[in-house]
Amino acid sequence: MNLDLPLVFTLLMGVSVLAYVVLDGFDLGVGMLMPAADDHEQSVMVASIGPFWDANETWLVLGVGMLLVAFPLAHGVILGALYLPVAAMLIGLMFRGVAFEFRIKAMGWHARLWNRLFWFGSFLASFAQGMMLGHYITGFASGFGFFLFAMLVGACLCGGYVLLGATWLVLKTEGGLQKKAITWAKWGLLWVALGVAAVSAVTPLMSETIRMKWFDFPRTLALMLLPAATLALGVGVWIILRRLGRGATRAEWAPFAGSVAIFTLAFAGLAYSLFPYLVMDRMTIWQAAAHPSALNFILVGALVVVPMIIAYTAFSHRVFRGKARAGYR
Amino acid sequence: MDTLNTIAVARVQFGLNIAFHILFPGISIGLAWMLVWFRVRWARTGAPAWQATYKLWAGVFALTFAMGVVSGIVMSFQFGTNWPGFMNNVGNIAGPLLAYEVLTAFFLEATFLGVMLFGMRRVPAWLHLTSTVLVAIGTTLSAYWILALSSWMQTPTGYVMADGQLIAGDWWAVIFNPSFPYRFAHTMIASGLTAAFLVAGLSAWRLLNAPADGAAKSTLHIGVLIAAVLAPTQLVVGDLHGLNTLEHQPAKIAAIEALWDTRHGAPLVLFAIPNGRKRTNEFVLQIPKGASLVLKHEADAELQGIDAFAPDAPPVAPVFFAFRVMVGTGVLMLALSWFGLWRLRRGAAAPRRLLWIFAAFTFSGWVATLAGWLVTEIGRQPWLVTGVLRTDDAVGSVSQASLGASLTGYIVTYSIMLLAYVVVLTHMAAAGSDATASAPAREPSS
Repeated sequence: MNLDLPLVFTLLMGVSVLAYVVLDGFDLGVGMLMPAADDHEQSVMVASIGPFWDANETWLVLGVGMLLVAFPLAHGVILGALYLPVAAMLIGLMFRGVAFEFRIKAMGWHARLWNRLFWFGSFLASFAQGMMLGHYITGFASGFGFFLFAMLVGACLCGGYVLLGATWLVLKTEGGLQKKAITWAKWGLLWVALGVAAVSAVTPLMSETIRMKWFDFPRTLALMLLPAATLALGVGVWIILRRLGRGATRAEWAPFAGSVAIFTLAFAGLAYSLFPYLVMDRMTIWQAAAHPSALNFILVGALVVVPMIIAYTAFSHRVFRGKARAGYR
Repeated sequence: MDTLNTIAVARVQFGLNIAFHILFPGISIGLAWMLVWFRVRWARTGAPAWQATYKLWAGVFALTFAMGVVSGIVMSFQFGTNWPGFMNNVGNIAGPLLAYEVLTAFFLEATFLGVMLFGMRRVPAWLHLTSTVLVAIGTTLSAYWILALSSWMQTPTGYVMADGQLIAGDWWAVIFNPSFPYRFAHTMIASGLTAAFLVAGLSAWRLLNAPADGAAKSTLHIGVLIAAVLAPTQLVVGDLHGLNTLEHQPAKIAAIEALWDTRHGAPLVLFAIPNGRKRTNEFVLQIPKGASLVLKHEADAELQGIDAFAPDAPPVAPVFFAFRVMVGTGVLMLALSWFGLWRLRRGAAAPRRLLWIFAAFTFSGWVATLAGWLVTEIGRQPWLVTGVLRTDDAVGSVSQASLGASLTGYIVTYSIMLLAYVVVLTHMAAAGSDATASAPAREPSS
């Protein structure tokens, strides 16, 4: 069989990372929004993500696992270069993850401390992930300008996760909290618009390779469909949010779906910028791939198991469909 | 010198991480199956006391599981960052085993844990019971894959060299390598024992606070019963595991026995202070010909000493001491569980002194597990993969400053988490299962 295994695994890894960003994105976003809510609202917010966060985070393990397994050479280069932001992200994820449990089980000032750590962990992990992305796009170039660029991407990703989290809450809550969530979602959307515009403008300046890929007439004309579609989606989400804000109850799912679509398009744009490089300008997916014997063995399992994972993930979302309630344990 | 330090820091960091991580799966694998038991009892009897018991221990499980998940994610990154040589050399074997763990175990347990914890009123009882079973299966599958890899690193088989790379020739032989069945059984029983003593210890703590709590009485009894069955089983399995090690990794056994020189009729050293520089034991208390008798079942049989393997031999003292801590703790656990079973027979109330002892033994499984882990991992040195890859050749090139900074961050984080874990668990236990039955009251419902 003449299967291009590195390409297949690039796709698998891409899907895992996108699934992670979208899924853990909404629960990290909810975590970052915690300080803006009162005690009861916080309980509802946590209840809306409680059954999912753990499985959501597993996509990160799968994504990094695919990198580790399928592209061992790139794994060392990428994670070695991103060592400190990765450590910061992991520490953030640790605090966030255990705070889920500790904030309900601890008492008094302990509980308040874990609430703060829940917020802090969500923020630290999101910001660090953005910085990782920023460093990654520029091929780990060092220098103050590149560092600022990474900070910019970090801030933008936080905005993006806030958008996902807020639109998730629009879908999963009602009443006063939903009203608040609509406002948060609008702010998140503005932040994302600003961020996507800034990153799109700066990235071609930072990287020669990316500039060549996007500004090459007449291909550029076709490529412009991507930002155009993103813009249309953004406007659509804004309009629906305004309607919901005025008391409409139809299409509460639409802002979340629209935000996921925006993330997917941005992800596609990035993937196009980088492909076929796994490490920008240095290592292509074919140079970094593991031995076919290992890849074949995993592929067989993945083809059997991934549909099952998708099926029971869907089952879980079906079980917990509808509005979230506090203290549902 | 710099490389030496980097190796040391990378090792400390990774070792600390694994040691921290192992504490939690060590509890949750065994506890998951105990939860199945509680869930079945609840389904059979319909008694509110069983429901409350299930909820209390599901809460303990959720907390333990979360600790395991977050520290496990750190490990998935450190495999690559701290040991790039590991993946570059044996990634074609290690990678797929890790991938299968994620694919078959992590998603399964994470998803159904959500249903198990939050879905009690949303799914029918049979589905809730099924979710509890699936979580237990998930934790066990996870142990299966990671122990397959760990055992392969100890006793590698089934690999070939092709195109200048080490690849699997026979996946069956890779997974069912010689030490895997023994290590898997030994580790699973260890987890059962750890969970049994945790349940017994926390129940004892509750009974010290509320002597009339019927649910705590029955969980104390269940914990003691499980421990009393598993502790002697572990003695037998551990012995078989040791004989397997003698066959495949005799250097590790030499270190465990502190046997420096190959000889006939080797003594069983009960206690000594091994001196690595003089290559001799000091302050020795030993049974003549004991080791030959135990390991070869023949008083005058020849046993290979450290000299037969040097310079590729592990450091003796840490392996020697860790082994004695493990066995000593195990023997104490055996004695305590049998004494407890006898003392609690026919529903007798436990005397306060016995409750105090069980409470003191709450985390005894951790001591034995960590000691056993040290024996097996240090006993493998200087190899990372026996006969294939040296630990020194797998270390990464991350700068010392980065390693130091992240190590500090990890130590602070782990300390806070571990302290909070023990404190919260003790609080939960002291409050008992009645408190969890009314737990939603603390989070007002809308």
